[in-house]
Amino acid sequence: MVETLLQKLAVENGLVLSFAIIGLVVLFSEVVARQLTRGRVQGSALAILIGLTLAYVGGRLTGGNKGLADVSYFSGLALMGGSMLRDFAIVATAFEVHPTEAKRAGWMGAIALGLGTIVPFIIGVGTAYAFGYRDAISLTTIGAGTVTYIVGPVTGTAIGASSEVITLAIASGVFKAILVMVTTPMLAKFMRLGTPRSAMVFAGLAGTVSGVSAGLAATDRKLVPYGALVATFHTGVGCLVCPSIFFFVVRALFPAHS
Amino acid sequence: MPLYGTALLAGCHLLGIFLGELLGRLLGVPANVGGVGIAMLLLIAVRWHGHARGWLAPRSEEGVKYWAALYIPVVIAMAAQQNVLKALSGGPMVVLAAVLAVLACTSIAAWINRHEPAAAAPVAEIS
Repeated sequence: MVETLLQKLAVENGLVLSFAIIGLVVLFSEVVARQLTRGRVQGSALAILIGLTLAYVGGRLTGGNKGLADVSYFSGLALMGGSMLRDFAIVATAFEVHPTEAKRAGWMGAIALGLGTIVPFIIGVGTAYAFGYRDAISLTTIGAGTVTYIVGPVTGTAIGASSEVITLAIASGVFKAILVMVTTPMLAKFMRLGTPRSAMVFAGLAGTVSGVSAGLAATDRKLVPYGALVATFHTGVGCLVCPSIFFFVVRALFPAHS
Repeated sequence: MPLYGTALLAGCHLLGIFLGELLGRLLGVPANVGGVGIAMLLLIAVRWHGHARGWLAPRSEEGVKYWAALYIPVVIAMAAQQNVLKALSGGPMVVLAAVLAVLACTSIAAWINRHEPAAAAPVAEIS
């Protein structure tokens, strides 16, 4: 009886329960980061890793695609970490932006955004080619997936890719986003992340709001709004050029044999 | 009242997302083009105007700052619902494409940032 009561409590108060759970995760990470690594690892970086591990466990348990949020007890996480509240919190960080800094580095962020779309696309197309894909539609879709996990399926659907190829494109994008979340704090020194401009350059190149927002949160919270300002244009730009210009170029380079 | 700040934030958020969707439609793209970025620019403009004209009370600003402070917890909740299983089961091509893309982009970011003009100051305190 207690179990059904607890489940009812958890499901009906999903968001509130999520606040409590994430609070515990943050507290645990802060303590571990301070005591065990003497502050060398950021608490938030550790908390994000724990979150990803829990997502893996959730996926294993349920076979669903929303990580821990698919476990009925933790369904509230889908609301707390969903795009609505995530974007709401990101917009709120704009209060910390210095307009002059953002304006000075704006054009640099735009250049980085262009590079951050072209470079992953070429790498995605090249990798797909190396793995035996020769048709322009599959090559473009996998290339687009390497830009972000939303650009992949949008492009694939627009140009008529097969569902296996679209699945691969989504997987590349999700893997890239997770890789960015995990490696950004480690590579922060190498990338000289420390100024608003550097954050905007990084965000333009790394792409995906989820990867950049978590990566910067785990590195230096002050840099988040500058990165977010640029990263939020990533998916839009990708969806604009991948099924159009990029597809035409790939089709010209790899004309259909059949 | 803090709620004024939160309502202001909500207004900027909604208008920004709407303009992003509209921009997507105009460009013929089935995606939101920079909606969150536009919302951030709106909020920056509103704050600047509110400070210049003196109608934005510090109590109202708290309603925005609280949400900005919730940012990291929200991102952790986001991490907890990623499709990690799918990402890990995508096979060697997925892994290779993603790793190479991150390596290349990180290197380019490092190269650009090493050539940052000295004039750019580190993140200053929020005034």
